[in-house]
Amino acid sequence: MEIIMSVAIGFLFMAAVYLMLSKSLIRIIIGTGLLSHGAHLLLLTMGGLGGNSPPVVAEGVSVSDYADPLPQALILTAIVISFAVTSFFLVLAYRSYQELGTDNMDLLRGTEDYE
Amino acid sequence: MSNLLLFPIIIPLFFATILMIFPKRLKFQRIIAAIAAGTTLIAALFLLAKVNADGVQAVTLGSWPAPFGISMVSDPLSALLVVTTSIITLFVVFYSFPTIGVKREQSYYYPAVIFLMVGVNGAFTTGDIFNLFVFVEVLLMASYTLIVHGGEKPQLRESIKYLLVNIISSALFVAAVAFLYSVTGTLNMADLAVKIPQIEETGILTVIAVMFLMVFGFKAAIFPLYFWLPGSYYSPPIPILALFGALLTKVGVYAIMRTYTLFFTMDIAFTHELLGIIAILTILAGCVGALAYFDVKKIIIYNIIIAVGVILFGIAQLNQPGVDGSIFYLLHDMLIKASLFFLVGIVAVLFGTSDLRKMGGLIKTYPFLGWTYLVAAFGLAGIPPLSGFPGKLLIVQGGFEGPQFWGSIVILATSLIVLLSAVRIFIYAFWGEPVETVPLKKSVFNQMFIPTVILVAITVVFGVGAELFMPFISGAGEVLLNPSIYIDAVLKE
Repeated sequence: MEIIMSVAIGFLFMAAVYLMLSKSLIRIIIGTGLLSHGAHLLLLTMGGLGGNSPPVVAEGVSVSDYADPLPQALILTAIVISFAVTSFFLVLAYRSYQELGTDNMDLLRGTEDYE
Repeated sequence: MSNLLLFPIIIPLFFATILMIFPKRLKFQRIIAAIAAGTTLIAALFLLAKVNADGVQAVTLGSWPAPFGISMVSDPLSALLVVTTSIITLFVVFYSFPTIGVKREQSYYYPAVIFLMVGVNGAFTTGDIFNLFVFVEVLLMASYTLIVHGGEKPQLRESIKYLLVNIISSALFVAAVAFLYSVTGTLNMADLAVKIPQIEETGILTVIAVMFLMVFGFKAAIFPLYFWLPGSYYSPPIPILALFGALLTKVGVYAIMRTYTLFFTMDIAFTHELLGIIAILTILAGCVGALAYFDVKKIIIYNIIIAVGVILFGIAQLNQPGVDGSIFYLLHDMLIKASLFFLVGIVAVLFGTSDLRKMGGLIKTYPFLGWTYLVAAFGLAGIPPLSGFPGKLLIVQGGFEGPQFWGSIVILATSLIVLLSAVRIFIYAFWGEPVETVPLKKSVFNQMFIPTVILVAITVVFGVGAELFMPFISGAGEVLLNPSIYIDAVLKE
């Protein structure tokens, strides 16, 4: 199972890098979304996948037989943060498109304002 | 166990929430923002006194035993940084009154500034590496708001890049935390410091250490990850620029300082030598930029990068003078960068441009401004007895005592370039043929100038009275060099 997850994470990172290297702003934003998905899955996998075992130590469950709850807490926090950042990024992209009239990163270099 | 160390985080959080409710009331916004920064400063000073008297303070939230709950730790270094952060935020709030403009003030400017302080103070205080990530995101979210605040075209354009760089570094941060957790099984910094020396395979840990160096390097703007900084910092108005220049990169520097002294010490010959080399390259790259531009803001922005290199070089030596010097220089740099940005902000307002070639002769009309600038510039370059000198002296001494003596020679040589870059502003803006300045009301000028002069005076006191502050600095250095003090304070509750 860990192997499959690792392949999926690697694929997500690859797709994210490909999308982030393109010129269109909306593709870049989708790329950042995929990148954070990859990082979150990595967090979950690195904590060790628990299979069917419950993430709580209750009566009758030995310590060796339960899933580590910490990666799940961490991933939840990270998901909330990346959700907030992605929504901010989308609003920013929309507003920049209105103001600047383009979503092409080549035209957003800003060299004309610099010396 | 004392809850005092949580106050510098909770007080601004509380006031920022109140500020968000009444965005249109100008007077209310200004007063509450000043009160928020002021009370935080008082709480931070109490905390510093407490840490100085009773040693490292630690609280683990929710009454969990130490390695399982989220620990908040205040050692002398983090207490000193929290105090400095509060001072700078207070002065930025005062400086914002005349400069930022009513329209910005009425659209959630002060809440964002105070939230930024929440994140920075939290990042300096936390003792858990994932909690560090959360506080860094808090301060980044506030900084996203500030960098695009006002929505001018250059701001929108640059904030896209700033946001993208920080999202990538945050994803890397999560990945690095995941690797660290899978190897050690803990994220509490004190517990990491116990567990890491017990792991025999140091190879994987070295990889993780370098990953964290990359993550924090993005925030701290080290070579070659500083590429985003000059463009992004150039676009927002001066008070925001001063806040960013003084605080944001320093969070990355602090995180490198903490991780590279507390637990990533398993292969010093590789990781710390790498850090030293990168630090020197950062200084050189910053010097090129500081000399290349004729724009006052750009020159000071590149000086941020130089200072980051100097501080990290001291840490890379991992000996007593080097670490003490780094801490001193870090505090000095936060204060001096804020005051320099304030000063060039006034100069840019007076001339209506930030291009040096269109300036001149200001010493005739504003002599006091000129001399204040000169004092700050000398402080930046480290001319004794001003505040840049003791820190740089100790860092250079640390370099000569360590293996990388050539780095000390580079730092000494580049001090002259720093001096040249800062004095060039003085020569172009204050000497020469007087250029017509924008008429400015005396009261407005004073509102801008008084906080600036007080901040410069603080840096002068910090330099001239270095002997007074040295016990605090060496106390902080002692904790960094002896991780057992930190570990005992957290784990033996």
